[in-house]
Amino acid sequence: MIWIDTIIQGILLGGLYALFASGLSLVFGIMRLVNLAHGDLIVMGAYLILVLVSLLGLSPFIAVFIAMPAMFGVGWVLQRYLLNRTLGDDILPPLLVTFGLSIALQNALLEGFSADSQRLPTNALTTASVDVGPITLGVMPLLTFASAVLVIVGLNQLFYRTELGRAFRATSDDATTASLMGIKPANIFATATGIALVIVTIAALYLGLRANFDPNIGPARLIYAFEAVIIGGLGSLWGTLLGGIIIGVAQTLGAAINPEWQILAGHIAFLIVLLVRPRGLFPRAND
Amino acid sequence: MALLQTQNLVAHYGDFQALFGVDIELGDAETIAIIGANGAGKTTLMRSICGVLRNDAAAVTYDGTAIGAKPADEIMSKGVAMVPEGRKLFPSLSVEENLLIGTYGRKVSGHWNLKTVYELFPILAERRNNPGTALSGGQQQMVAIGRALMSNPRVLLCDEISLGLAPVVIKDIYKAIPQIKAAGASLIVVEQDIAQAMAVADRVYCMMEGRVTLSGTPESLSRDKIHNAYFGAGH
Repeated sequence: MIWIDTIIQGILLGGLYALFASGLSLVFGIMRLVNLAHGDLIVMGAYLILVLVSLLGLSPFIAVFIAMPAMFGVGWVLQRYLLNRTLGDDILPPLLVTFGLSIALQNALLEGFSADSQRLPTNALTTASVDVGPITLGVMPLLTFASAVLVIVGLNQLFYRTELGRAFRATSDDATTASLMGIKPANIFATATGIALVIVTIAALYLGLRANFDPNIGPARLIYAFEAVIIGGLGSLWGTLLGGIIIGVAQTLGAAINPEWQILAGHIAFLIVLLVRPRGLFPRAND
Repeated sequence: MALLQTQNLVAHYGDFQALFGVDIELGDAETIAIIGANGAGKTTLMRSICGVLRNDAAAVTYDGTAIGAKPADEIMSKGVAMVPEGRKLFPSLSVEENLLIGTYGRKVSGHWNLKTVYELFPILAERRNNPGTALSGGQQQMVAIGRALMSNPRVLLCDEISLGLAPVVIKDIYKAIPQIKAAGASLIVVEQDIAQAMAVADRVYCMMEGRVTLSGTPESLSRDKIHNAYFGAGH
């Protein structure tokens, strides 16, 4: 029984990793940009929610709705005026610039908030649990997982049911021909990064409610996100959810065997998937 | 006054100069053909007009406005649509989505919409949910033309729409041109197939090595004149 419980906890943890990863997957899928500052942007989102909670006395669940449009704006401006300039045939400039951005963000957060670890205030909801048969599930992990599924359903609707989604896919295929359709690729990319940062903010909410955070934990979140994206197959959103689940289950199983093995087990699962399916579980045909 | 005009248009790819002062004119409801061999600069001329290649503002005038320095998306939204060489369908989009994306930057009501494009090319209605790239070359060309028509452009640029297609398919595609003209668009048709171009055009420009070497109505141009303008004298 304990194993079933462990696996279910792992699946729910996978929801958090999928939230970390969806924004990364979205941006990579549309503009082949690997944003090395993604983890630090999640941490920045958590601090933004924390500031709103402390200054305005809001619940984190309300504050996140104020943080989301603000983070959209940050993403839009970041992409439009900085990252777009790095895009081209060479993949090195965006890696270097986002790596630099990652360091700058960490230091800015350290300067602004010190190295002390913080946590978003919890309430009755965050510690509640429900009994499903013999298994007890936390409401927070359930909410996290449900949010991940909702985000992915929403992104798929956006991609395949709206005009903006068509423009995303067309621009991703061929930006020059897309401009002949009246699409401004620079703005499409900016909008995509804006949406990615809205998802980052949702991830930040659950990160901050679940555990302590400090300015230096961004890169580790990036690694989990990266692994989830690569396991799933670059650019596939449902694959990203599955990738998150695989890492989550591997981590909880590893921790159940020996608490020291939690993180290592996730990385080993990633390596095994890479060995068996180097292009991930659901690679896109034209990558 | 001409609807669209280039004046002393020059274009470079790095150090290589592809166009040397090209002047062409397109009147309202007129169809002109640009003919010439490979490398004559026809596609470069199209890319300069639609804004993929930027120029001096005054090099291209459309509807009384200098558009030479404008980006492609702005030129498209003013009503200049392009059927690019090689069709360039979006592989991630279905046939119908490829058509719908044609209206992204310009939504004006007019003769062309999904229904009338499907009437023009009925085979596309049957294939509407297929990926655009799963179609035959001729059908892909129909999608590319339909996609450009969806925005009800005033000027339609057709770059090498017969390239790589079987003669019987080319005939099918060219059957659509009179209907496109009748719906009110002005056309610039770029062709290597001289006979095809002559049949649809009101006037013809012949290009060689980045310059216009000959122009006139199809009736006024003899075979010899065209031969010289196309290949250069002495061939």
